[in-house]
Amino acid sequence: MFHRFPRPTRNPLLRKDEMSAIAVDSLYKVFGKGARSAVAQLKNGTPRDQLAKHVTAAVIDHNWSIEPGEIFVVMGLSGSGKSTLIRMLNGLIKPTSGTIRIGGVELGSLSNRELRRLRREKISMVFQHFALLPHRSVVENVAFGLEIKGLSKTERLERAREAVELVGLTGHEDKLPAQLSGGMKQRVGLARALAADTEILLMDEAFSALDPLIRQEMQDQLLDLQSKLGKTIVFITHDLNEAMRIGDRIAICDGQVKQLGTAEDILLRPADEYVAEFTADVDRTRVLTAEAVMEPCAGRDTSKFPQVESDVPMTELYQPVLNSKAPLLVVDDNADPLGVVTPRSIIKSLSHPAGDPAEERQPA
Amino acid sequence: MIEYLRNWFWTYVWKPLPDMPFGDWMESFIRWARDAWAAGFDAVDAGLEFLYVHLAEGLLWLPSGVMVLLFAAAAWAAKGWKLGVGIGLGMFVVAWTPYWEQTMQTLSMVLVSAAIAILLAVPLGVAAAESRAFSAIARPVLDFMQTLPAFVYLIPVVMLFSVGVVPGIIATIIFAMPPGVRLTELGLRQVDSEVVEAGQAFGASPARILARIKLPLALPTIMAGLNQVIMLALSMVVIAGLVGGGGLGSVISGSLGRLDIAAGFNAGLAVVLLAILLDRVTQGLSERTPVARAAKLAR
Repeated sequence: MFHRFPRPTRNPLLRKDEMSAIAVDSLYKVFGKGARSAVAQLKNGTPRDQLAKHVTAAVIDHNWSIEPGEIFVVMGLSGSGKSTLIRMLNGLIKPTSGTIRIGGVELGSLSNRELRRLRREKISMVFQHFALLPHRSVVENVAFGLEIKGLSKTERLERAREAVELVGLTGHEDKLPAQLSGGMKQRVGLARALAADTEILLMDEAFSALDPLIRQEMQDQLLDLQSKLGKTIVFITHDLNEAMRIGDRIAICDGQVKQLGTAEDILLRPADEYVAEFTADVDRTRVLTAEAVMEPCAGRDTSKFPQVESDVPMTELYQPVLNSKAPLLVVDDNADPLGVVTPRSIIKSLSHPAGDPAEERQPA
Repeated sequence: MIEYLRNWFWTYVWKPLPDMPFGDWMESFIRWARDAWAAGFDAVDAGLEFLYVHLAEGLLWLPSGVMVLLFAAAAWAAKGWKLGVGIGLGMFVVAWTPYWEQTMQTLSMVLVSAAIAILLAVPLGVAAAESRAFSAIARPVLDFMQTLPAFVYLIPVVMLFSVGVVPGIIATIIFAMPPGVRLTELGLRQVDSEVVEAGQAFGASPARILARIKLPLALPTIMAGLNQVIMLALSMVVIAGLVGGGGLGSVISGSLGRLDIAAGFNAGLAVVLLAILLDRVTQGLSERTPVARAAKLAR
């Protein structure tokens, strides 16, 4: 379990019974002439690098859906098709084959006019380099989406001011983007997307251009806002630490989806070498909790063991483990025992699992 | 060997070819157009004449001393007090020459032709920026318009509109328009694609993206185009003096005929000072566009 943030299974904003917010089905995007035949080749199992030279397969056979209120992170290196993917979700790029449904509506069936209306009402977007209008003040930039929606000037400025307050930029309303720092600019970008009041928020490498400290601050702010607003967020990043920090689920992409799962799934049970290589660099201590580092009780008498909650972060286990002769007993919300944490189990969960992913979670 | 090649080309290439017909084609086209579209040309003639005459009358309505102060004030407003003082001095010198009236006539011609040139250039630039095909066609046409020697325009234009102010204005519009089109296209193409994408992502229509995002962001470059258009217009308007365009051009071509160095120099000086006025004021205006001001803040 992640510390800090509600996980999908507990998130009260997740309404599993409802229709998926976004669903993609055998989605392909190939650039270049002969894209359709390249898709047919890919469907027959031709690897991406054996396609004709003049075509580029960006998105290959994506099949997944996102529930309302979920933060879905698409993680991949440059050239992994993640920017293409996010632009297909709001129809800026047309898929070569496959379907995208937004709240049950298939994008391919919409006219350009209907597509624009869908973007105005359902989906907004935050950009890597902020994409603000340099000659407009903060509040006018934030009001941009509302202006497109056709709201009156007083109403859109009022709602823009609310969004500016939401992202903590009160007092900067009348400044120009050039007068703001990178982090503040991206807050304007975020406020613009929030002011549009759409269910879905697309974030394209939204924090990648920011300094590490600011980036972390923005991640926290996004999660804080998300706990209040419960948007459906698709977040693109090339930084696995970021993905792990904010994603309810993460899709690791390299053309295809290499693995789709929670941060823990990916960290502890990487699907293949490609994923395992990514996870090698992740700061595990920030991601893992007591539940993730425990091992089975294995018949031990646990009645005298000190107890810890299952969602205590790993970093807070070091001292108790060192100070206690007995292992720590991990308990759930009902105080039922789940497993034990020992120095050995901590070290084991820190070790790189690439050698044999399957064996990683075998009981000691 | 060289002799042999010369003979070969003569026998097999140049001799069988008829005389070069492009010029004749152009001439027949102009003659045909003059008769076919006579009504149209008359209307254009009357319209331009009307604009020019009234603008020139307006500029000459106040005494030259007052106008000098007004020009200085315009420069001050466009950029700052230093430019205001400089332009005031410059225009004072112009008023001191015996050619104030001609200078104002030339200014009217420049303003009328530059205004029409930019009104035509901006939509063409937008079309060129939006359509690669249009851009590919427009480019050689613009090259042609800009590099064909200025005098050459005057010949057919005089045929269509007879001598006077209007042929000068028409030739000036054609000659001065290309940088307006080019810089509009360039400015629009240089707009940050992510900002355009933001417009699309929020569901703006292409027309709205053009009006609210692309044109405002391209405005400093379009203003630079306006500056170029005005400067080219000034150079052409002087040449138009040859066909009875009036203004400083007539003074200069007259003094060329009489080898009158003094008159030629005075009129030439007035042209230079007018050029500086127009250049600095339009530059000042392009620095005043919202985007240019915001860019200044970033530094």
